[in-house]
Amino acid sequence: MSSVEGTVAPAVLSANRISKSFGEIPVLFSIDFDIKPGEVHAIIGENGAGKSTLIKILSGIEQPTSGSITYDGETVTLPPDGKAEAMGIVLIHQELNLAEHLTASESIFLGRELKRFGFLDLGEMRKRAAALMDTLHVRVDPDDRISTLSVADKQMVEIAKAISRDARVLIMDEPTAVLSVGETQTLFEQIRRLTARGVAVIFISHKLDEIMELADRVTVLRDGQLIATVGTEALTPDSIAQMMVGRELSNLYPPKHEPDVDAPVVLGIRNLVAKGVKDISFDLKRGEILGFAGLIGSGRTAVAEAIVGLSHRTGGEITLDGKPVNFTQVAQSVDAGLAYMTKDRKGKGLLLNMGLRPNLTLLTLDRHIKAGFLDSSSEERALERAVRRFDIRARDASVAVGRLSGGNQQKLMLGKTMESEPDIIIMDEPTRGIDVGTKQQIYHIIAALAAEGKSIILISSEMQEVIGLSHRVVVMREGRLTGVLEGAEITEAEIMRYAAGIKQSGNDERISA
Amino acid sequence: MSVSAPDIPAKTKRGFRLDLKTVGPLLALALLVLLGISLNENFLSYNNLTNVLARSSFIGIIAIGATFVITAGGLDLSVGSMAAVIAGVMIMVMNWLIPSMGIGWGVVIAGMATGILLGGVAGVFNGTMITRGRIEAFIVTLGTMGIFRSLVTFLADGGTLSLNFQVADVYRPVYYAGVLGVPWPIIVFALVAIGGEVVMRYTAFGRYCAAIGSNEQVARYSSINVDNVRLLTYILQGILVGVAVLLYVPRLGSASSTTGVLWELEAIAGVIIGGTTLKGGYGRIWGTVVGVVILGLIGNILNLQSLISPYLNGAFQGVIIILAVLLQRGRRT
Ligand SMILES: Nc1ncnc2c1ncn2[C@@H]1O[C@H](COP(=O)(O)OP(=O)(O)OP(=O)(O)O)[C@@H](O)[C@H]1O
Ligand SMILES: [Mg+2]
Repeated sequence: MSSVEGTVAPAVLSANRISKSFGEIPVLFSIDFDIKPGEVHAIIGENGAGKSTLIKILSGIEQPTSGSITYDGETVTLPPDGKAEAMGIVLIHQELNLAEHLTASESIFLGRELKRFGFLDLGEMRKRAAALMDTLHVRVDPDDRISTLSVADKQMVEIAKAISRDARVLIMDEPTAVLSVGETQTLFEQIRRLTARGVAVIFISHKLDEIMELADRVTVLRDGQLIATVGTEALTPDSIAQMMVGRELSNLYPPKHEPDVDAPVVLGIRNLVAKGVKDISFDLKRGEILGFAGLIGSGRTAVAEAIVGLSHRTGGEITLDGKPVNFTQVAQSVDAGLAYMTKDRKGKGLLLNMGLRPNLTLLTLDRHIKAGFLDSSSEERALERAVRRFDIRARDASVAVGRLSGGNQQKLMLGKTMESEPDIIIMDEPTRGIDVGTKQQIYHIIAALAAEGKSIILISSEMQEVIGLSHRVVVMREGRLTGVLEGAEITEAEIMRYAAGIKQSGNDERISA
Repeated sequence: MSVSAPDIPAKTKRGFRLDLKTVGPLLALALLVLLGISLNENFLSYNNLTNVLARSSFIGIIAIGATFVITAGGLDLSVGSMAAVIAGVMIMVMNWLIPSMGIGWGVVIAGMATGILLGGVAGVFNGTMITRGRIEAFIVTLGTMGIFRSLVTFLADGGTLSLNFQVADVYRPVYYAGVLGVPWPIIVFALVAIGGEVVMRYTAFGRYCAAIGSNEQVARYSSINVDNVRLLTYILQGILVGVAVLLYVPRLGSASSTTGVLWELEAIAGVIIGGTTLKGGYGRIWGTVVGVVILGLIGNILNLQSLISPYLNGAFQGVIIILAVLLQRGRRT
C-alpha cells in the first residue's frame, strides 16, 4: 500500500462528473473517480449500483451521457469496442468474453497475432501462451479449446490475455467471482507484480476481505451515486459493508438450527461413479444443510450433475426417501422434488436474450398452463413473487436478462430454481457475484428453507459461507470424497487439510451422520 | 426501483430501434402496396389480390413450419423436394385407388391423407437423424433434399406424373373454389398462420422452441426435453409441407422433377424477412406471413408494370432479404 490519498502522483485516468443514462433511465449520477499509477483502486457497491457501467465508460465501451474522461492529463473520448486497449486501457469483463471455439493460445493473441514472414507464428504464440499460463499456475494447454475449459480456467485465460497486453490501466470486473482461494492468491501476486511496475489497477469485487487485502483506495457506489472514496487503512469490512448498503449489517449468517438427530435420510448416495466422480457416498438428512467444499475442479459439480441426471451415471446407487431412483432427464428429478441450480448462469442458467418472465418460469412452465395455453397472468404473479422474495432489481421487467447486473441475474436464477418448490435443492455457488446485503438475505433464505424441512446441498468455494451455514461439510478432492466434517471440526484449516489431500478419512464410517 | 415500479416509460434509443424492427416488415409491405396501386389500378382488384395470395399460400404454409424449425435453432432445406415427392406419391396413390374406389371424393381424401402422412414421416426422418443421430441439420436436410428430389424424378421416370383427369376434376375446387369468394388455399393459409401464432406465443412448445434456439444448454438444464421438442419442429414442418401440397396438387394435377424447386429458399427468405433470427431464439409467425406476402407482391408488381423486366424478380427479392437482415442487425441474441 504505497500511493494512497495525498500523494502527489497525478492520476493516469480519471472520470470527471460522469453521468450515464440508458435511454431515460439514469444509472450513474455525476461520478468522480481517478486512478494513479501503481495503485489498486477498488469499486464496491450493491448489485446494480453501476460498477460495471462505470468501468465500461472508463474503457470506452459505453460513452458517458455527460462528464469527461481524462487520460494522461488530457481530456479524451475513448474509442468504443475495446479499441482503448491499444491506448493501454485493458478491461476484463464481468461476464466471460472469450470466443468458445478458439484455443487458449488463439484467444490470448486474438487481434494481435504474432507473425513471421507474414504468416502466423503458431509455435511462438503457443510457447508464450504456455509461459503465461505457467506464471499463473493454470493447468491449461495452449491448444485446449475454450469451450472445454471450466469457468475458472476460462477466467484465468482471460486474465492471462489481459496481463499479456501492455496495460497501463488494467480494469477487472469481479475477476475472482469464479476463482478459488488458491487461484485468487495467484492472481493477487500477478496484480502486485504489475502495480510494482506502475500499472494502475481498478478492481471490482463483492468479497470484502479481498478488497481489504489488495486495494489502496476504495470507492463506494450506491444506486448510481458516489458515496465515498477512502483509503483502505481507514476501513474495516464492516464499515465498508455499511457504506455499501446504507444500513448496518449484523449477523451475516443466521443461527444454525441443528436438524433432529433422528431426521430421516432423504437422499442417499452410494458409490456413485460418473465422469469426474470417483466412488462417492454420502447421506443428506431432512432439514440439513450439507456443505460441499473443495478446490475448484474437485468434482463437486460433477456429483450434482450425476445425481439429477444431467450427466450419465456409470455406477452406484441413488435413493430418494429410501427408494432407489435413476434420473436420466432433469425433468424427472425436478418432478421428484430435487432441483439443481447451476453455477454457470450465462452458459447454462439463463436465456440472455429473453425477459425476466420467460426465464423465471422456464423450468416450471407446465404449472402455468391453463387449458393447453400459457397463462401469462399466472406467470406474471410468479414474477412478482420472485421479485419480492429475492429482491430482484430490474429497472424494467421487459429488459433482456443479459442487461441485468450480474447479481440480479443470479437472484433471478435462484428464483427460477425455487419456482419448482423442491424438497432437496442443490445450489452450486449460489452467491457468486452477489453483494453482501443480498448475500445475507440469501443465507437467511437458505436457513429458513432448512428450518422448514427442506434439505440443501450447498456447493461453494467461499469457505466462510460453507462454514457459516452448513450442518455438515463434505470435502472433495480430485473426484473423491476425502472427508466429512461435523460440528466443531468445521473450520477453515480442517477443510483445507482435506481439500489439499493432507488429511483423508479412511473409510465411509462417517458418511452417514 | 423494482420491476413493478417502472415510473419512467422505457423509450430508450434501443427500444425505438427495436420498434423499427418490429414494424419494419409491415412498413415494407405498405410501401409495396402503395407502389402497386400507383403502378396499376388493377393491382387492388379482387382477382389480382386473390391470385397473389393463393400462389403465396403454398410457400406461406411451409414457411410457418420453417419458422418453428428456425426459431428452435434448426434448418430444413429439404422442404421443396419433399413437396415434389409428396405430390408425386399422392398422384400415384390416387390413380392407383381409382379401380377399387371409383372416381369421387373418397379417392381425393385418401390422397390428401397420404400427403399429410408422408410429410409427417419425412419430418420424423429428418428430425430423428438430427436429434438422435447428432448430425447437423444443414447436412441432414441437404442430404434428404437430394434424396427426395431424385425419388420424384425416379417415380416420374424423368417425366411428369399426371393425376387421372376425372379425379382432377373432382379435386380442382380445392384450389379454385372457396368460401365467400376466398379461395381455399388462402383460407387454409390464414388458419395455419393463426394457429401457428397461437402455438408460438401461447403454448409451452412455442416457448421451448425459442429457449432451445436461444441456448440449448440452458434449455437442457431447465428440464426441457430438447431432442423431443426439436424432433417435433421437424414433424410439424413435414406435416405443413403435406398440407401445402394437398392444396397445390389440384392446381396443375401433375408433379415432376421441377415441382417445388427453390421453395425451401423462398420459405427461409420469408421467415427471415419477417424478423425471425436465423440463428434461432426468436421467431414470429405473423412476420413470416408478411415476409412471404412481400415476396409474392414483388413478383406480382413486376408483372404489372412494363419499365423493369420481370426477369429481375429474383434480384429484387434478394435485395429485400439483405435489407431485412441489415435492419435486424444489432438485435442481440
Ligand atoms: N445496456 C443497458 N441497458 C439498460 N440498462 C442497463 C444496461 N446496462 C446496465 N443497465 C442497468 O444499469 C444498472 C447498473 O448495472 P451495472 O451492471 O453497472 O451494475 P453493477 O454495479 O455492476 O452490479 P453487479 O454487482 O450485480 O454486477 C442496472 O440496473 C442495469 O440493469
Ligand atoms: Mg457488474
